[in-house]
Amino acid sequence: MTAAIPDGEILVGIYQRMTRIKQNDERFRAVLKSGKLVMPYYSPRGQEVIPSAVSACLTDEDYICTIYRGVHDMIAKGIPLKDLWAEFGGRVTGTCKGKGGPMHVTHPATGVMVTTGIVGSSMPIANGLALAAQIRGEKRVSIAYFGDGASNIGAFHEALNMAAVWKLPVVFVCQNNGYAEHTKYAYGTSVPNIAVRAAAYAMPGITVDGNDPIAMYRTAREAVERARSGQGPTLIEAKTFRFHGHVFGDADAYMDKGEKDAWIAKDPVPLFRDWLIATGLASEDQLAAMEAAIAREIDEAVEFTLNSPYPDVAELKRDIYKDEVTA
Amino acid sequence: MNQAAKLNSIQAINLALDDAMAADENVIVLGEDVGDKEEGGIVGVTRGLSGKYGDSRVRSTPISEQAIIGAAIGAAIVGMRPVAEIMLMNFTTVAMDMIINHAAKLRFMSGGQTHVPMVIRTMTGAGFGTGGQHADYLEAWFAHTAGIKVVAPSSPADAYGLMLSAIEDDDPVLFIENMPTYWNPGPAPERGKKIPLGKANVLREGGDVTLISYSRRVLDCYAVAEKLAADGISVEVIDLRTISPLDSETILASVAKTGRAVVVHEAVKPFGVGAEIASQIYESLFAQLKAPVQRVGANYAPVPFSKPLEDAHVPGLEQIEAAVRATLK
Repeated sequence: MTAAIPDGEILVGIYQRMTRIKQNDERFRAVLKSGKLVMPYYSPRGQEVIPSAVSACLTDEDYICTIYRGVHDMIAKGIPLKDLWAEFGGRVTGTCKGKGGPMHVTHPATGVMVTTGIVGSSMPIANGLALAAQIRGEKRVSIAYFGDGASNIGAFHEALNMAAVWKLPVVFVCQNNGYAEHTKYAYGTSVPNIAVRAAAYAMPGITVDGNDPIAMYRTAREAVERARSGQGPTLIEAKTFRFHGHVFGDADAYMDKGEKDAWIAKDPVPLFRDWLIATGLASEDQLAAMEAAIAREIDEAVEFTLNSPYPDVAELKRDIYKDEVTA
Repeated sequence: MNQAAKLNSIQAINLALDDAMAADENVIVLGEDVGDKEEGGIVGVTRGLSGKYGDSRVRSTPISEQAIIGAAIGAAIVGMRPVAEIMLMNFTTVAMDMIINHAAKLRFMSGGQTHVPMVIRTMTGAGFGTGGQHADYLEAWFAHTAGIKVVAPSSPADAYGLMLSAIEDDDPVLFIENMPTYWNPGPAPERGKKIPLGKANVLREGGDVTLISYSRRVLDCYAVAEKLAADGISVEVIDLRTISPLDSETILASVAKTGRAVVVHEAVKPFGVGAEIASQIYESLFAQLKAPVQRVGANYAPVPFSKPLEDAHVPGLEQIEAAVRATLK
């Protein structure tokens, strides 16, 4: 691994994903507050760096499985915003015709294969995506995103063991935001770092600062290349923090206020923005133009969603089986 | 049919897997002990396949049911046709999240963008003294979930033809094999002949009473029908073959003709598949029924170990016969 700073274009690309996630999150929360859309919403604010850096190592051919707090993973992987927003709005123009919703977004064109609402279930399925690639001799890599709470579920252990035994081209990316729903990490987890659990499955386990774009990118790059070259899986534990609690409307009473404020003071999005400008990798004008373009894209996505129709009731009989249900 | 050409269900299912793997390289087999080094499963259903098709396509797995089904789902989403073995039906309980929340629902939740063309093979059935955790019939749980098909053959030839269709099907299929009758020989199937899913088989025609069953208990229904024929009672026997989607059309056409129906399954009677079938009959044919629909199922208890208890637990020939006679009173 080189200590040199990654290519500037890659870093600006990571920032572009980060600011895209941040702006979308801000708009989702604003639209929810306005009452124009109603949905269960799990804000990823504060966790922008992780999928932005991981996605910088991936192509559309690579697969991800993510979870209910996964809108940042989806945006980073490249789902078009109109399709994404319309799905969150339950509209027929959404990725899944409005039948999946925020917790079940699928978009095969960008490799977003499964979004699960069940803690721990992204990992066994990511193995299967990787298994298909391995059997077919494809160079695709699969990413399983999940949270720290999911590392205490049996499926995590079954999946990591199987991936190691079969040397599957999969990277397990644990976004450790310090809380399993309302329960603080240390209260429910036996080890100080989830990455040490990788040793039980004879795979590399790396704890990384998930809010440091360069460290996150280097770690992801190495794991993705390892998977792509047939050397097997890696467990990455990316330490981070969620700024808005478990679910939209969460009062955060279980959280120490000082803890949250300290993380928000280190908000990775403006910090990275300042760094890019200070190092000369990007200019203020360039980033401002990028941000304005994203804001316009979101405006269009919101308008598109609010003007889109809901799915027809006939959809209740479709997509249950290949053939429409007649009963 | 050449009388010399007999196969048991182990051989018939093995042949179906072999033919499917030969025809389509996307068909893979995974599960505990399925490889040849592990003897091709505890009863040998997959024996010979890894030798023929390689360890990449036929994989013995760790004892990790969630990981087995998860791997099958992921591979299926991107176009493979996995046949995942969950050794015993009771072990599906360990993988219910994967089966119910994912395999059954991904087509719907993705708005049809992905689907899960996967078969889950599993065996079960009382009679071997395996007690409370190795012999349950849990088909009602799965049939109650939209998005997964449930198939339960009663003969080697049906197992062959239904397995070919299950593998070719674009939706997840739970394929229930009866363990105690695995070794029963039956007429060999016609090679390559598929039996459609969702279609029941009128095994025996009759005019007085319709007996509806699936899996092993079809054999008992057939035996009872033959016995009652000697008393001048004409019994029609319907083998569902597929529990879900249910072939209501065939059931209702038969009961419309006979006016009497008895549903028989090895699963416990309360809240079972028989209740659904009885309800559908009442909803459509209430005025034409000559007697209340009878249900015959196992006792509402775990499968017991002790032989006399196990024998008393599952529905017997006498109970089936009594239920048929009750509709004629």
